[in-house]
Amino acid sequence: MPQMNMAKALNLAMREALREDPNVLVLGQDVGKDEGVFRITEGLYAEFGENRVVDTPVAESAIVGTAIGMCFKGLRPICEMQFSGFGYHGFHQIENHMSRFRNRTRGRLTCPMVVRFPYGGGIRAIEHHSESREAIWVHLPGLKVVVPSGPRNARALLRASILDPDPVIFYEPKACYRSHQEEVPEQPETFPIGKAQLVREGRDVTLISYGASLRPTLEAADELASDHGIDCEVIDLLTLSPLDTETITSSIERTGRAVVVHEAPRTCGMGAEIVARIVERSLLHLEAPIKRVTGYDTIIPFFATEKYYLPDADRVISGVKEVVAF
Amino acid sequence: MPRGKIELPHRLEEIAVLDPNGIVDEALEPQLSPQELRKLYHGLVRSRRFDERLIRLQRQGRIGTYGPSFGQEAASLGPASQITPDDWFIPSFRETAGMLWRGWEMHRIMLWWAGHEFGATVPQGLNDTPIAVPVGTQVQQAAGVAFASRYRGDGTVVLTFIGDGATAEGDFHEAMNFAGVFRLPLICIIQNNQWAISLPRCKTSAAPTLAQRAIAYGIDGIQADGNDILAMIVATREAAQKARAGEGPTLIEAVTYRMGVHTTADDPKKYRSEEEVEPWKQRDPILRFSKYLEKKGVLDEKGREEVEQQVVEEIRVAVEKAEQYKPDPLDMFRYHFAEMPPHLVEQMREAERAMMPPENEAPEARTRQGVAV
Repeated sequence: MPQMNMAKALNLAMREALREDPNVLVLGQDVGKDEGVFRITEGLYAEFGENRVVDTPVAESAIVGTAIGMCFKGLRPICEMQFSGFGYHGFHQIENHMSRFRNRTRGRLTCPMVVRFPYGGGIRAIEHHSESREAIWVHLPGLKVVVPSGPRNARALLRASILDPDPVIFYEPKACYRSHQEEVPEQPETFPIGKAQLVREGRDVTLISYGASLRPTLEAADELASDHGIDCEVIDLLTLSPLDTETITSSIERTGRAVVVHEAPRTCGMGAEIVARIVERSLLHLEAPIKRVTGYDTIIPFFATEKYYLPDADRVISGVKEVVAF
Repeated sequence: MPRGKIELPHRLEEIAVLDPNGIVDEALEPQLSPQELRKLYHGLVRSRRFDERLIRLQRQGRIGTYGPSFGQEAASLGPASQITPDDWFIPSFRETAGMLWRGWEMHRIMLWWAGHEFGATVPQGLNDTPIAVPVGTQVQQAAGVAFASRYRGDGTVVLTFIGDGATAEGDFHEAMNFAGVFRLPLICIIQNNQWAISLPRCKTSAAPTLAQRAIAYGIDGIQADGNDILAMIVATREAAQKARAGEGPTLIEAVTYRMGVHTTADDPKKYRSEEEVEPWKQRDPILRFSKYLEKKGVLDEKGREEVEQQVVEEIRVAVEKAEQYKPDPLDMFRYHFAEMPPHLVEQMREAERAMMPPENEAPEARTRQGVAV
């Protein structure tokens, strides 16, 4: 299996879809000749031309709005928001239309489209380029929200999202675009949307994370095992909506302890929903209060001090020790 | 460097074919058969009487808020009559005349205003989208459908509508800009009814016409008398021909007037005078068209009476049918995704239990199955 980073893996998923299905289109700002500001669409314009890899005017609302219309005639557009921070211009088309057409027309008009959002901190980007706002989308009915954490699952989940009959918000942790490589199968593969993965088995405590926070979480789990004798189970959510409650609660029922890790703000973040589901389903299995190791309820600082905001392995380790010591 | 003038292409036209007395400009008159003309008249009256009936039903509490199209019927129906079933029709929320013409049945439209999603389900065989409430958003989707038409090269065009007020939204700008850049087969009708609820046209834009915005997008624009169905027909017919020939979009400003309330939740007396409305009554699109037809010998008193009777009966049957509709409340869970995710399955069961009659109470059908209408 070839080794590649997440940027290449995402590119591969789009290339495969463009080759297989003439109804698949890529739309966005600078996605054509420039190959995307993160080069995720590298080579696509050259291979598929301007009618399929479409450089749009700088207008996020119309990128989403026109993509919705394209779906009505059987196209399957993949929209790129240049940065998640600029995607809010597209919010009302997503909330008022993309998420609702299937429901209001009782299945007659649907939106099998993907909106890709590069999100999150840790790349020393300027203001408005580092937020992690996935919970906003998770709150909206009618949307699926997918967040990959590494090259292989990014490729498999983007492919699944493109093939999905419903709209998918695809949140890409840009800190992971080129952070590491992984083996990615040569043949196309999909991972099911709505399924979390148990990426490390353990007895003492369950760590639940996703996206860019997964790596510090795994680092913490290694260190907790080697230096503190704490055996962590780690769940990579991969899909935030619909959330795989089953995988979470069955793990908690084994370990009795949980720590949720994400870089988004704490209040009404994914952690809040996860804690609520654990309490609803598995309260009597809990040996300790659940800990949330998250971004603070503040605007993420400019990049010079963002590391004090983003959860790192050390913060995860303290959180886990607290829960285990309870 | 010199300082001079930039010459912009002067492509902005205006058009009126009928004057308020129904006198036709023969040079511009579209060639329509007596049968076609009678059908158009029927379409206008159908919309007017349906509006009147729905207003009364709202007052009686039998439907919810209603937004009538009084005075704007020609600006909706004229364009709708110039596209084929293969073309797309993407309305706002005040296109009852056009929707009825396209084939939306009265009971279906009525059910939308009565709070049923059934009213947003598109009749089989129509390439239409349902009523769009968030102001102006539908024109972007129309541009997207037009993009797909161009991509497929299938020769279809897209007809969409937006109000004068909604042209102040960014969505309008983005959609027209896309339409121009990609030369989309799109016809956008601005229903300039002079009022955005309480905001007069002059406060929507400082530009003397709304059609002239076309120039800024590098597309064709025309201002038409929106109370003149023949002018709307001529303008749309030309726009459709151009779009089909790959010559890009057209922006048509229909100058009309909102004779009635914005919706039944609105009282225009707060912000406009009766004196302002009065002259527009003389310009009523149905009255004008009727005079034209009479002069042409296509429609007489008896013919008008027949249309009235037909329409009244159609409305009666539609209201009866709509009021028999029984929704299944659990449908709220059924159409979010192709496959229902586990949390919705669970919540649907919860809702089902909540809808069950309490124990010891006579079991009555509080959960009802939907009845096909």
